[in-house]
Amino acid sequence: MNSKQHMSGVVAGRLDASDIEGNFQDLHPPLNAHEAVVAADRCYFCHDAPCVTACPTSIDIPMFIRQISTGNPLGSAETIFDQNILGGMCARVCPTETLCEQVCVREVAEGKPVKIGLLQRYATDHAMDSKNEIYKRPAASGKKVAVVGAGPASLACAHRLAMYGHEVEILEAREKPGGLNEFGIAAYKTVDDFAQREVDFVLSIGGISIRYGQKLGEGIALEQLQSDYDGVFLGVGLAGVNALRMEGDDAQGVVDAVDFIAGLRQSKDKSDIAVGRRIVVIGGGMTAIDAAVQAKLLGAEDVTICYRRGKEQMNASVFEQDLATSRGVVIRHWLQPEKVNTADGKVQSVTLEYTSQKDGRLAGTGEMMTIEADQVLVAIGQTLEASGLGLPIKLDGGRIATDADGRTSADKVWAGGDCTNTGDDLTVTAVAQGRDAAEAINKTLKQ
Amino acid sequence: MADITNTFAGIKSPNPFWLASAPPTDKAYNVERAFRAGWGGVVWKTLGEEGPPLVNVNGPRYGAIWGADRRLLGLNNIELITDRDLYVNLREIKQVKKDWPDRAMVVSIMVPCEEAAWKAILPLVEETGADGIELNFGCPHGMSERGMGSAVGQVPEYIEMVTRWCKANTRMPVIVKLTPNITDIRFPARAAMAGGADAVSLINTVSSITSVNLDNFSPEPSIDGKGSHGGYCGPAVKPIALNMVAEIARDAETRGLPVSGIGGITTWRDAAEFLALGAGNVQVCTAAMTYGFKIVSEMIEGLENWMDAQGHASLDDVIGRAVPNVTDWQYLNLNYVTKAKINQDMCISCGRCHIACEDTSHQAITQEVDGVRRFEVIDEECVGCNLCVNVCPVENCITMEPLAAGETDRRTGKKVSGDYGNWTEHPNNPSRVAAE
Repeated sequence: MNSKQHMSGVVAGRLDASDIEGNFQDLHPPLNAHEAVVAADRCYFCHDAPCVTACPTSIDIPMFIRQISTGNPLGSAETIFDQNILGGMCARVCPTETLCEQVCVREVAEGKPVKIGLLQRYATDHAMDSKNEIYKRPAASGKKVAVVGAGPASLACAHRLAMYGHEVEILEAREKPGGLNEFGIAAYKTVDDFAQREVDFVLSIGGISIRYGQKLGEGIALEQLQSDYDGVFLGVGLAGVNALRMEGDDAQGVVDAVDFIAGLRQSKDKSDIAVGRRIVVIGGGMTAIDAAVQAKLLGAEDVTICYRRGKEQMNASVFEQDLATSRGVVIRHWLQPEKVNTADGKVQSVTLEYTSQKDGRLAGTGEMMTIEADQVLVAIGQTLEASGLGLPIKLDGGRIATDADGRTSADKVWAGGDCTNTGDDLTVTAVAQGRDAAEAINKTLKQ
Repeated sequence: MADITNTFAGIKSPNPFWLASAPPTDKAYNVERAFRAGWGGVVWKTLGEEGPPLVNVNGPRYGAIWGADRRLLGLNNIELITDRDLYVNLREIKQVKKDWPDRAMVVSIMVPCEEAAWKAILPLVEETGADGIELNFGCPHGMSERGMGSAVGQVPEYIEMVTRWCKANTRMPVIVKLTPNITDIRFPARAAMAGGADAVSLINTVSSITSVNLDNFSPEPSIDGKGSHGGYCGPAVKPIALNMVAEIARDAETRGLPVSGIGGITTWRDAAEFLALGAGNVQVCTAAMTYGFKIVSEMIEGLENWMDAQGHASLDDVIGRAVPNVTDWQYLNLNYVTKAKINQDMCISCGRCHIACEDTSHQAITQEVDGVRRFEVIDEECVGCNLCVNVCPVENCITMEPLAAGETDRRTGKKVSGDYGNWTEHPNNPSRVAAE
């Protein structure tokens, strides 16, 4: 046993490096060629297939699966990429159990869907490993579009614009592209630096350049972009995070879950990431799950997710919840944090209040309980940093309002992804919105 | 318990499952293993005339096609008759027959089309104590280029001639193995009968190329970049074989001629189907070559259980039972009207019935009802073709329901007649025989 495993406080290297490495292996090992053909054979090639309707990017799933079964994985990947250029990442992170696989007729009939996600990964991995040139940029159109942010929505938008010959300049606030694919997803879902390899794949079409350290509102103004470019796409995501706003929330050991995950993803050696022995995670979404599971995999002894509502209301999918509990995370419902108890400025425990739903409204019952903790991971939502926009763009619910094509209220400005007011906060939704905005931008530019 | 002991062309065996003449019956070692596993008999792999042993290719002898999970659906081969010394084979046949007296031991023979050649080999085989001989007039590759195998089987006059020679020169029952590589199986069967054959066995393998290697453009199986057509067998050929067996069973000239059914028999059910269409017993090869000899126990028990469940006491209760139901198209009842019916509780909404019907048939299945995804049969369009049943992935979800006499067929607007009425008397038939 590692000597640090039961050490109190927030400590790095609770497990041996080799154990940590083992814990962070690929969550779903890829299918080999034979497994893929067998899995593909289960697809009925449905007419007007429900899985296609359920896919936010409307990938022709029966067709790409048929292409796998006929020994044409490259063609299969093209079918996927034509609709979703980040099909490789989506194959890894899509909650397929609530999208395509949920409505698969074999799920409905037998409770065993066709393994659409794994098959998509098989095809896209094959294509990306083969290094075939799948997309060729046509002659330059002479139009130039600024894309703000280098996350999934922006990458999808940039690629589609490049397919039409437009020149794209991506302005990214960080020093690395990928957005949440790079910084915000559990490491075991995207091993082997896949997010960066995928960015390289997207950019390989040509005509897309990225400038790093470019944050809207800090040195660059949206107004300037409007005049310098023929069009602007905002894929800025949700850079702000909600704070706990309670007694003790500034204590040492209270960490934003988004930062915790980003640190993990960027670390060269996960043994360097410090975690508490006992951890409370506040929140009920994918971020809470990703943070909790990874904390557990780093060697935390007790990890408890506390969510203020019930299981059904959790944003994290049932699959993700089950994954967390299978890794030893405890999920507790109907608890809201009251205060963080500290000693010498360090977290000692969290006091929570039981909650219940009364007449559709959530309310504390007045009864309190305390969970011992030396680290608190806060995952109670992210927000749009609207001040950086600098322009009177119409917002809706704190996010950028767009029409069906992604057009905002500002002239020549489109938006997509988490920063907008439509769709689920999923990679696949962001890709669909970025792609569709690019189609709309192209139409406008051609007028 | 049903009695499945079998007498075929006077040859007795404890069950109707024989191993066909092929690699599994090439030597004593295999045949003894087969008998230990329970096979009722074997047809020893084809012996050729005395002389230097025959030569096989030294590269791949087999090609195949598979289902998605590498389930072998069809196998082809370019192996020739036995490449072992004639006398080694004869010695082993004699010993095995002596050790397993209750099992059928039939010896397959293929020698040149000269009476002397047959006269020379028949006494040697007879001396082994074998129960019968099978004349290999079926092998479509290699030997046929030398005027043997299917080269004989494709010429009814040769079949009759050689059969006659054999009948004249041996006491043993003569089974003539037929090739399917002809246009009408009844002619070679009639020829065998005319020559005095005690039985026929069919089908031998179908001339075939299993696939083409798209990297070097060689047919498979590939011998140094070249391929030759081989003999196709296995589950894929069963429907062809069933029809040929039935054709002989119901032909006025060959009716009553014992038929040993061969072609893709893999399970007890396949065997029962061959028996029902008139086969007096069955021969198996590909299934054994795929799974080993043990499968015979499933075949035996499965057949017994089915016969018990159906109240069939012996094989005679089963053999030929389906033959009277095989008829010509012109005698099918045109007043039998069916409509597809989709069980909505079982339907999983894959839409395959709809798209098959919509694209390729009669536009008789909806894909939406009142704006909701729903697949229903439109009786006004349904011709009862059964395509939807065949493409539906859920067994028994779609069924063909006959309309009762007196009901109106909503497609034609006509009332369904309860009488039998076929094409020969149909008003649209220009050569109709007028009713008296």
